[in-house]
Amino acid sequence: MGQRRIHLRLNGVDRQLTVEDQILLIELVRGLGLVGTKLSCDMQVCGTCTVLLDGRPVSSCTTLAIEADGRSVVTIEGLADLAPGSEVPRLHPLQQAFINRFAFQCGYCTPGMIIAAKALLDEHPRPDPAAVRHWMEGNICRCTGYESIVEAIGDAAELIGGAR
Amino acid sequence: MLRRFDVHRATSVKEAAQLRQRFGEDAAVYAGGTEILLAMKLGVARWPHLIDVKRIKSLNHISATKDMLRIGATATHWDIERDPQVARMLPAFARLEANVANVRVRAAGTLAGNLAFAEPHADPPALLVALGARVVLESAAGSRTLPVAELITGMYQTAMAADEIIVAIEIPLPAEDVRVAYVKFQILERPSIGVAAVATVRDGRFVGAPTVVVGAVDEMVRSVPTAQFAGADARDAGTHEALAEAARSAVEPTADLAGSVEYKLQLVGVFTQRACASLMAEAS
Repeated sequence: MGQRRIHLRLNGVDRQLTVEDQILLIELVRGLGLVGTKLSCDMQVCGTCTVLLDGRPVSSCTTLAIEADGRSVVTIEGLADLAPGSEVPRLHPLQQAFINRFAFQCGYCTPGMIIAAKALLDEHPRPDPAAVRHWMEGNICRCTGYESIVEAIGDAAELIGGAR
Repeated sequence: MLRRFDVHRATSVKEAAQLRQRFGEDAAVYAGGTEILLAMKLGVARWPHLIDVKRIKSLNHISATKDMLRIGATATHWDIERDPQVARMLPAFARLEANVANVRVRAAGTLAGNLAFAEPHADPPALLVALGARVVLESAAGSRTLPVAELITGMYQTAMAADEIIVAIEIPLPAEDVRVAYVKFQILERPSIGVAAVATVRDGRFVGAPTVVVGAVDEMVRSVPTAQFAGADARDAGTHEALAEAARSAVEPTADLAGSVEYKLQLVGVFTQRACASLMAEAS
């Protein structure tokens, strides 16, 4: 007790780690160098720390690391894929769509936005703009980029749909 | 970022209840963590022990009989908003659940935890009270059932004993001709106000008295005395205004980040009328 061994699949790679019970998931992933996941409000309001836990978006700032035991965790670093033999990762359609639409200014909220949007598109491959807004309302952008964010998610849905 | 604590993973209700008894006030029941981890981070609460109930398999079921929905204590808002039985049998509640906080809180947080924490700015209690829902509590000594209206006794206060845990929430299903509405407003992550209304309307009149419950403006939800509205014209704006006045008299708002007392009284009036309008807009 107090400290335990956990097994998780982190961005597709099986990991075994020892963590103390009170360690938060954001501390775990950032401690492993995955610093794309950002801390901001620290109270589940802003969404910058969003990661996927078994496919569900959660606030890693308010999730214990031990909850990842036996489960899969995806952070922003896990989205781009590296084709065999290639050294240049291929961006996820959401990442590409955010660039195409200039759906960020400072970029601090972007990893959380993209991870939240991935969970949305995994469940609803073709959401209408109202569904996008409802799903994303817990992710805050203080540079006021919401219109382009909603458009980027719509573009990504089409990109992914077209690739099917 | 959090001070040291130990998590105890209970695998049965009995074991969880024993841990409750053993640690008393030094332990909190832990499922989604969306409330207690926040409270601990803010430093307003400290529990050296958390009793994790998520591994108790019997607690994660949502089931329905023809007159009751039973929601297990570890069912998350995410589970409830997606459950086909809830959507079919109690759509107003499914909609409420789909609008609790944000998608991440819904993915982790449980309905039982929401009730047990008794945060005044919450959505579920008002509608659950209006529907006559109950919680099933268990302790080492046995089990009992308590109406949600009696569970929450004040701000962050419940009638639960230190060794009790919630195992399920039971919601009686309203008869087919009963209309159910829940309307809310919020500028922050939690509701500034939520008003639940439940009534049967026939030939434009209330059959018996409507039920109106106001949540989130007060230290706890308040049921509005409505006996005088039995048989009243349910379509009449005058009836809605009188119900709004009754609601304003029934609450004792507290000033906080969501607004002043005067502002909240205004919200109570406006949203009680909107709840009435929503009831009338519902196909019965």
